Amino acid sequence: MAATATLPGAPTSRLGKAATEFDDRMIVAGPVRRTLNKVFPDHWSFLLGEIALYCFVILLLSGTYLTFFFDATLTEVVYEGSYDPLRGTEMSAAYASTLDLSFDVRGGLFMRQLHHWAALLFVASIVVHLLRIFFTGAFRRPRENNWLIGVVMLVLALLMGVTGYTLPDDLLSGTGLRIISAILLSIPVIGTWLHFAIFNGDFVGTEIIGRFYIAHVLIFPAILLALIAVHLLVLVKQKHTQFAGPGRTEHNVVGNRLFPTFAAKATGLLFIVFGVCAALAGLAQINPVWLWGPYNPAQVSTFSQPDWYILFLDGSTRIFPAWDVNLPGDYTIPALFWPTVVVAGAMFTVLALYPMIERKLTGDTASHHLLQRPRDVPVRTSLGAMALTFYLVLAISGSNDVLADKFDLSLNAMIWVGRIGVIVLPAIAYVVTYRICLGLQQHDREVLEHGIETGVIRRLPNGEFIEVHQPLGPVDEHGHGQLAYGGAPVPKRMNQVGGSRRAIRGFFSPVEEPSAVELEQRGEGRGLSAADSDRQLTSSGRPSEGGRPSDGGRPQDPRD
Amino acid sequence: MTTHDTRPGSSGGADTPGPLHSGPDEDYTPEQLASMSREDLDRLGARYDGVEILHVDPAPEPGSRLERRAVRQVGLAFTLAGVFAFLFLVVYAGSGWFLPDWNWAQAGTTWSALFTPLLGLFMGLSLTMVGVGLVLYTKKLLPHETAVQDKHDGSHFDRVTTGATLVGGYHNSGLPRRKLITRSLGFMGAGVGIMLLAPLGGLIKNPNTGNPLGRTSWAEGVRLVRDDGSPIRPGDQEPGSLEKVFPAVPGGNLQSDAGTMLIRLRPEQVEMDRPREGQADFAYGDYVAYSLICTHAGCPVALYEQETSRLLCPCHQSQFDVTQGAKPVFGPATRSLPQLPITVDDEGFFVARSDYIEAVGPTYWNRERI
Repeated sequence: MAATATLPGAPTSRLGKAATEFDDRMIVAGPVRRTLNKVFPDHWSFLLGEIALYCFVILLLSGTYLTFFFDATLTEVVYEGSYDPLRGTEMSAAYASTLDLSFDVRGGLFMRQLHHWAALLFVASIVVHLLRIFFTGAFRRPRENNWLIGVVMLVLALLMGVTGYTLPDDLLSGTGLRIISAILLSIPVIGTWLHFAIFNGDFVGTEIIGRFYIAHVLIFPAILLALIAVHLLVLVKQKHTQFAGPGRTEHNVVGNRLFPTFAAKATGLLFIVFGVCAALAGLAQINPVWLWGPYNPAQVSTFSQPDWYILFLDGSTRIFPAWDVNLPGDYTIPALFWPTVVVAGAMFTVLALYPMIERKLTGDTASHHLLQRPRDVPVRTSLGAMALTFYLVLAISGSNDVLADKFDLSLNAMIWVGRIGVIVLPAIAYVVTYRICLGLQQHDREVLEHGIETGVIRRLPNGEFIEVHQPLGPVDEHGHGQLAYGGAPVPKRMNQVGGSRRAIRGFFSPVEEPSAVELEQRGEGRGLSAADSDRQLTSSGRPSEGGRPSDGGRPQDPRD
Repeated sequence: MTTHDTRPGSSGGADTPGPLHSGPDEDYTPEQLASMSREDLDRLGARYDGVEILHVDPAPEPGSRLERRAVRQVGLAFTLAGVFAFLFLVVYAGSGWFLPDWNWAQAGTTWSALFTPLLGLFMGLSLTMVGVGLVLYTKKLLPHETAVQDKHDGSHFDRVTTGATLVGGYHNSGLPRRKLITRSLGFMGAGVGIMLLAPLGGLIKNPNTGNPLGRTSWAEGVRLVRDDGSPIRPGDQEPGSLEKVFPAVPGGNLQSDAGTMLIRLRPEQVEMDRPREGQADFAYGDYVAYSLICTHAGCPVALYEQETSRLLCPCHQSQFDVTQGAKPVFGPATRSLPQLPITVDDEGFFVARSDYIEAVGPTYWNRERI
């Protein structure tokens, strides 16, 4: 409407007018304002998923660059490039182009290593993000669908890793490909058919690198990109979870608005992740394929390890006993099938279904937006520790030859350690974690009841020595605190309740006036004295629900 | 609104605009909005989006030491980011121009070894500094606000009305009544869906035609040659040694299933040797030949420990005892390594007496049937 331009309060600057013109056509002011005003809760662990996202961006950028130079064919060529030791060697075009990329493209080695480091960090941040979601219960209703999408993305990331690892066609990746081929063959009934469909014949054939290449640069990234979009849309739609704290309830989100604080921080994180990957890419050599040489089916190197995220599968393969199942009619289920297909399949199925399993077992079908502290859900935390231990034993078993060599151990003994450990250690981890959770809970409750240890020792008239405790809130006639535990961290040191003033800023010399800091302290009422305003934030009506235990008011006088 | 207007180009109704905005323009007149401050407008919009700004920790006092210091720090970070970016460009573009060549053709120069690390260092520092500058800016110079946004539960009204629209549309389509169409639709969907997937059938290949998994290039009279193509005579090897051999066919040394280990047993090993049933004559004197390909996952089993007569696969640590017909003695492998029957031809070189009598390499479902 032309009329809008003349309304009072309409922008008069050139930019403002242009914005008005734009909005006249697109009608985006409303959605944009809603986006800018979206509130993001603030916790370092909420950045883990972002790191994965930024790694994916780096992977897309560096990967696109690599495609300009990589030749995904298995045609035999004779290498004539810059790298002396391999000159004159017969190798596949894929391997030769990888060498050219490393030695004859300006900055090519840097880009290759950037891609590889970003890939390792990508999977790592996904896994750590997943652990954060798991241990804080962020997967509970209504977020089960996003958990499922996340697990699918993790599997895709692993597939991306495996296919990418294979592409250079060096000795190590060729050995890995041979094992993939054996795993495919090991699947009962359809194994050989599946293998021939994927490899277009017996191992190694001529097609496989080209096919993996398309999967790696087109199919998997496209699916992953779509899933990331859905993952984030669901997140925006459902809003973030948050930890319990002052004013935080099941029905709100407390934090910073997207613009400018969150946007600036997120962009900062993007650049830092990118910077760290770039520094690693230049300074830390990774996968120097020219040292392994081209793939030759008759050769293998010792210390043949996959990238870290597949190590657990290699480990399960190593420690699984030699159990062929011979069926009537001379059919066989190979031993390799169990540790690779069945174990891995079971692990990911349980992982994907965990929200449903927990919902079934606990009967908790309510919607949750407040996160739980791991100690408050000891069973889940212990199950997580158990799964993690299982995974770690497998991963360590995946490199047991390196450990056996470096620490002068018997390799056979290492395998038995893995076999026994994978059964015994998770159980131990469960029990230990459970006790630790209960202990931490107990300590929180102790502090709520008896107050914070001040370190002040007082001698009573009867000669007894006692430590003075600082109660966190009002006390009853016995001197016991009346605060209930609300699922938020309990302050345990004097400074956390304003036992002393905050430090004056400045590294070599103070940049603040001490008197100003003192004034600010009084005016703002940090720590316990902030309680009054905090209490108003709690709309649930229950004083401790979602509120800090420190909600009770100013520190009481120290008591015995 | 009328729907009787049928002139060409008409919309079929009276041409009056709809509501101007999605915002509450009725509640806030332009004059009212014009009289509000920018901050109030910001808060008003936020409140309209369900966001309440509870508390703002103001940014440092303009002109204060705190602020000047923070500005200096942020400025330094951004400046360094620019400096490192230029250093990156200098190294990247300058190498081979006014700086030494980065190329590895001049192997051994310090500069070619430093080229990639310098690229990484400068790009890493530059990008990290951008990030550090932004984080410092956020932490030190932006006001810190605490905002609360309400979550809204689903609306019963929305569910009921949307449901009515969907179900109404379905009913109006008449499909519930027209059973023939519903059924044929299902049939059509299945058919068209499968048809669209059918081209994937081009990937399918019969693994049993010609038994490619069970055959290798070994055959009667095929010589055993080394990687370089040279044939082998008895006596070429020391007792206790192992040599990788390949069939003397073109590309034999690159075939994934043909690799074979020719092992000359030591005298005491010969005494202990217990070949598999029916394969006692597969050896030639103190020479035995076993497949190089592990029966577990297909990696080459190339590590040989003379003392214990054991072969070890470096991938999954399967171990095979050469004096027991290459039987697996530890690790995940379940089958013995296949043995290649060997003999010596007229010219005194090793030849195979036939192909392997069983499939080489990892186990699969119908392996025993071939």
